[in-house]
Amino acid sequence: MKNAGKVVIGVVIGFVVVFGFPFYYNLGKANVPPKLKYDTPAILQYEKQYGKKECVESKEFMSAEHMQLLNQWRDAVVRNGDRIYVNSRGESFHMSLQNTCLNCHSNKKEFCDKCHNYLAVNPYCFSCHIVPKEKQS
Amino acid sequence: MKILLPLFTVIALVVIAFVGVQANLHALFGIVIPYAAVLIFMFGFIFKVLKWGRSPVPFRIPTTAGQMKSFAPWIKQNKLDNPSSRLGVFGRMLLEVFLFRSLFRNTKTQLYPGTKLTYGSEKFLWLGGLAFHWSFLIIFVRHFRFFMQTVPYPIQLAEHLDSFLQIGAPLLYITDVVLVGAVTFLFLRRVFMPQIKYISLPADYFPLFLILGIATTGIMMRYFTKVPVVRVKELVMGLVSFQPVIPEGIGSIFYIHLFLVSTLLAYFPLSKLMHMGGVFLSPTRNMANNSREVRHINPWNYPVHVHTYDQYEDDFREKMKKAGLPVEKE
Amino acid sequence: MAKGPTPEELSNIDYTPPPKEWMDVPTVFKPGTFCWGAKGKNLQILEFPNARDWTPVEEDWKLPENWQEILLEGMKERLGKYRSFQLFMDICVRCGACADKCHFFVGGGDPKNMPVLRAELLRSVYRKHFTTAGKMLGKVAGARELTLDVLKEWWYYFFQCTECRRCSLFCPYGIDQAEITMMGRELLNLIGLNTDWISGPVANCYMKGNHLGLEPHTIVSNIEYMLDDIETITGIKINPSFNRKGAEILFVTPSGDLFADPGTYTCMGYLMLFHELGLDYTWSTYASEGGNFGFFTSNEMAKRLNSKIYAEAKRLGVKYIIGGECGHMWRVIHQYMDTWNGPADFLEVPVSPITGTRFDTAKSLKMIHIAEFTADLINHGKLKLDPSRNDDLVVTYHDSCNTSRGMGLLEEPRYIIKNVCNHFHEMPENTIREQTFCCGSGTGLNAGENMELRMRGGFPRANAVKYVKEKHGVNMLANICAIDRATLSAAVDYWVPGVRVTGVHELVANALIMKGEKKRETNLRGEPLPGKEGN
Repeated sequence: MKNAGKVVIGVVIGFVVVFGFPFYYNLGKANVPPKLKYDTPAILQYEKQYGKKECVESKEFMSAEHMQLLNQWRDAVVRNGDRIYVNSRGESFHMSLQNTCLNCHSNKKEFCDKCHNYLAVNPYCFSCHIVPKEKQS
Repeated sequence: MKILLPLFTVIALVVIAFVGVQANLHALFGIVIPYAAVLIFMFGFIFKVLKWGRSPVPFRIPTTAGQMKSFAPWIKQNKLDNPSSRLGVFGRMLLEVFLFRSLFRNTKTQLYPGTKLTYGSEKFLWLGGLAFHWSFLIIFVRHFRFFMQTVPYPIQLAEHLDSFLQIGAPLLYITDVVLVGAVTFLFLRRVFMPQIKYISLPADYFPLFLILGIATTGIMMRYFTKVPVVRVKELVMGLVSFQPVIPEGIGSIFYIHLFLVSTLLAYFPLSKLMHMGGVFLSPTRNMANNSREVRHINPWNYPVHVHTYDQYEDDFREKMKKAGLPVEKE
Repeated sequence: MAKGPTPEELSNIDYTPPPKEWMDVPTVFKPGTFCWGAKGKNLQILEFPNARDWTPVEEDWKLPENWQEILLEGMKERLGKYRSFQLFMDICVRCGACADKCHFFVGGGDPKNMPVLRAELLRSVYRKHFTTAGKMLGKVAGARELTLDVLKEWWYYFFQCTECRRCSLFCPYGIDQAEITMMGRELLNLIGLNTDWISGPVANCYMKGNHLGLEPHTIVSNIEYMLDDIETITGIKINPSFNRKGAEILFVTPSGDLFADPGTYTCMGYLMLFHELGLDYTWSTYASEGGNFGFFTSNEMAKRLNSKIYAEAKRLGVKYIIGGECGHMWRVIHQYMDTWNGPADFLEVPVSPITGTRFDTAKSLKMIHIAEFTADLINHGKLKLDPSRNDDLVVTYHDSCNTSRGMGLLEEPRYIIKNVCNHFHEMPENTIREQTFCCGSGTGLNAGENMELRMRGGFPRANAVKYVKEKHGVNMLANICAIDRATLSAAVDYWVPGVRVTGVHELVANALIMKGEKKRETNLRGEPLPGKEGN
């Protein structure tokens, strides 16, 4: 009986430890979603020139689908040698992570990494690509 | 009927969540119901385990599945399948909980004409069950990246290993495929094996459909109809840190996913899913086979009415004397 | 079987479940598959409720008016007393791993003999009355009312389970149908619904000390017959003692060994072995039953019968107890006796007086199995054995359900057999050791009126015997169980004619070279020894 009681208490404690974890772990901790910075010199320059900030596609599309888009770009460039991307607005872009994307978003730490770290995503882009030196805005 | 009823129930749940979100009940489906579900789950589970615990274990009844500890070392004990020590029981339980030891023994009995019975090895149920439970566990662990502001390394590692095939973007999780495959298998065997179909209840199909629904909505969110995942984490973090918020712009598919998960949580303690806790308490598995060595105490052992030797001798004294048997009273 | 289906007919088994849901399939009491109802006089002796004569096939079971209330109250009480019962009602997922593990299902194909479904018979009522979901959703949640039909279904199927625990071996949560059957039978006994074949022996055992109802002088004379036979065969006169105070050891064996062959040959084996060792032991006529049909009735009844063993050991002042070859007896002794009737602080830790081996694994219970005792003797070279005397036998060994899955006594009897026989072959591995198949007639189902059920239940075991008979020429099925000796004889006669059944200690005694014995011409059965056939 004594042992059997221990098993019961063990199961209850184990259960609370595992399933209660998210709650007690976050007790008293602030819930801060990441804020992205769109203030690199290239972006500011673009805004000055065109009066708006915009990416190759809409902001909503980019935030949800950028990984797929980059995958498409990679395949198009590496496998087909195709370097020109025509977006939904009919504009053409040079498909290049380093020269197009990171030209504007030259602040990887303040941009890419923010969400990726928040969500514990580890994209393998930069196992091949070099991260450009970050310039302070 | 046994299959359609639970199927329609799950479809109805999806519709309810969808309509609810269209009707702007985000707070209900994003805050109130998840909290209620977690409360039911936590307290229901603990209540159930304590209820089991209130019933004592009057006898030491392990199912011995191998050679016992014998009087001499030249007879080799099967220490894991017939443990006699706490350590052995611990090992047996580890094998049972993590590797489904008992199910691994499974055989398939077949009768051939000419009255020949065979018992072939039948590992599919074991494999399907193991695949399902392990992928579910890994998916559960992976989801902790939504529950913690900074995600610790072990959880990142689980995520990393789960996607190491590097297929597509976002990377394909192996467990997503395995889970859907295993649940489908477990469902199909309930449909196509006549005996299993015969014993199955709506309560057996419902969790399968529910889990399939959860997996499907989850997979859709990740790979197809995307949701703003930063907002999703903001909502979830709000829940777990008791500062609930409803961020703008999260699609209804997420609320459907969350509602199905809430249903699973609330349904859990009322159902057979409690085998998760029960497996630890099973007296045929978690006890050492040492009942001749250590006396097991039954807390409700009570004196019983017996026929004593004196009564026996009174009944048979003359016959005993005639047969030359010694007696207490002449 | 005198009449009834032939083996060919019986082995034509259809495993397809009926089209209707199981709850809608009525129970048909098929002759040959159930036992007669308990007699009023036996229930009265045992102080059981609702003592009256009744017949299962009759419409009216003469139940008390509030029988439902009694059963539900009884269920509630037992849910609170047995964690096994409460847990096993709650956690089954109906995965079906147990389905084709039951000998009654394998041999009969009735889906309600799949352990999972047999348990659902009870579980469905549990859901209706003890769970929220069942109360609210009824049939959708797999719940149903406790009606008279349900009660009859319980009775029919809980007496089609031999509590062999084979299902529990394969269950991922260790759900043990034996526990559920035990509870089911306890409940049935609350309203006087035992079988005659169980309650009769229980009443006998309670009043006379053994299931067969052998009175003290009959026990003595039965053993004397055996002693005469032993003298004829070996030339040695043996003088065992009964109810002797001050003996070192009390010997308890199932009464079946005293009554009918081939059990009597096993009993002669014990007598010869103990005589040869010069063992200071005694028989008891009061505790003259190792088996326990009370165990197939209720926990309380089992304890009432079992109490005699320790009581007699105490009265006689012995040091410890040796138990004979029996199956369920050893489940009871190994897993229950010390808890019920211990602590046996008036006894000593068993030490073999011949080898000095201390049986520490039995240091609390103070009772050892004769197979342990004999294996130890052989291991120490204390027995002079001539295994060639068993050379006409090609032996296989049947593990009893209870000694394998309720104890784990697997190697000891095999070690003995291999030392006393030259020809030994195992049956296929999925049918022996912990996976052994029941004889099909355990838990008091070894009656005459349910012979079809018994033969069906014995089919998987017999089929494995048939396999080794055809492959190795096996002609002798050894075992360490009194019920096996009686029931397997019937089962192999039916399914595998030409194979006979023996206890392990019969084989031992045949091979045992005794001091001062004459040249043996025959074995214990009076048949010429190999090489002596011409004489």
